[in-house]
Amino acid sequence: MKKLQILGTGCSKCKRLTEQVEQAANELGLEHEMVKVTDLQEIISFGVMRTPALAVDGQVKVAGNIPSIDELKRMIA
Amino acid sequence: MKNELLLERRLPSKRRWSWPSRNVLLMTGALAIWWFLYGQLPSFSSWVTHSLLRLSADTHIGSAAEFFIYEAPKVLMLLALVVFGVGMLRSFVTPEWTRKILAGKRESVGNVLASVLGVFTPFCSCSAVPLFIGFVAAGVPLGVTFSFLIAAPMVNEVALVLLFGLFGWRVAALYLSTGILIAIIAGWTIGRLHMEKYVEEWAFKAQVGSDPGLETGLSWDDRINRGLQAVREVVSKVWMYIIIGIAVGASIHGYVPADFMASFMDKGAWWSVPLAILLGIPMYSNAAGIIPVVHALLEKGVALGTVLAFMMSVIALSLPEMIILRKVLKLRLILTFVGVVGLGILMVGYLFNLLL
Repeated sequence: MKKLQILGTGCSKCKRLTEQVEQAANELGLEHEMVKVTDLQEIISFGVMRTPALAVDGQVKVAGNIPSIDELKRMIA
Repeated sequence: MKNELLLERRLPSKRRWSWPSRNVLLMTGALAIWWFLYGQLPSFSSWVTHSLLRLSADTHIGSAAEFFIYEAPKVLMLLALVVFGVGMLRSFVTPEWTRKILAGKRESVGNVLASVLGVFTPFCSCSAVPLFIGFVAAGVPLGVTFSFLIAAPMVNEVALVLLFGLFGWRVAALYLSTGILIAIIAGWTIGRLHMEKYVEEWAFKAQVGSDPGLETGLSWDDRINRGLQAVREVVSKVWMYIIIGIAVGASIHGYVPADFMASFMDKGAWWSVPLAILLGIPMYSNAAGIIPVVHALLEKGVALGTVLAFMMSVIALSLPEMIILRKVLKLRLILTFVGVVGLGILMVGYLFNLLL
């Protein structure tokens, strides 16, 4: 079970990243848990200065941009 | 151990360098095609207007159509090229890198550096708070952080190159130098005012995680992809505003008498600059979207200082960003920020109206 965390305060880009990650995970058939991290202090504790960001099992993989589905698949697999 | 890691990272990128990948070659070809098409635009627009639509250059509708058919693809092509370049550049100049450079710098030097780096560092207003805390917690002084926060949206590289394309290097240089100057002085002033107590306390105590270092191992393919991704993102967001803006510009170009706009935004009227700034605050546009409006205003003889003040106010003093910053700044500091930046823009506006 992968823990996928979307870090962001809820701007439109965060929603788009969430959708993309969801799609990538579903296409892989990956067993996962999606968590939205909206608390600023928690976001900052990841060392992230740009949102939206994606952390896989606690490790930041994306910050400030929205990668393609293929790239995301490689990151979460 | 550390050396081994470095070596490991370097080897694959060396291999990539020895033979340019397919994407790099494709990109070079695309650039050449871009260059060719860009050069054909004037003759294309006059051909469509006069031969295809059979409109005479002497009629209003003819000159408006020619203006639109030339300007719309020109601005969009410039936009795509610049956004692509900046998107690639931004995979090198990240906020994390900037923070490393600014941490521990003295105030005056820091203000200058932060303002210059702010021009090139990626920054979207929804990231304002994490960025602010990331800087302050790493020991970047408050005033220096503000210099960065002011310069980043104010001197927008997209606006800069669009200004260059539409009005020439003089206007672009004025915009760049005054924008940086305002960021330096406003940030320095905020630093002098010692307003640290108007930052929400939790910001200083926040546990800042270590830099994930995402951009260090990127290949040229990755960076090209970043550029393309930026083009998709920005162009899909602003193309409509640009078309509308140029259409408005075209209709003014053809129809409205030249002194109509100038009469109520004349440089003789002292209140035109403050009015332009006040009008700009609730308006929220990114820098690329505002350029066509700027174009239309200048074309109709509104004084350059007034137009510049309006544009800076729209992009640097935005209501949504202030609301986001309220999470970490107390009202008094936000008002000071608006006041200091507004005053700087006011002075720039008056200065240019006086000089030009």
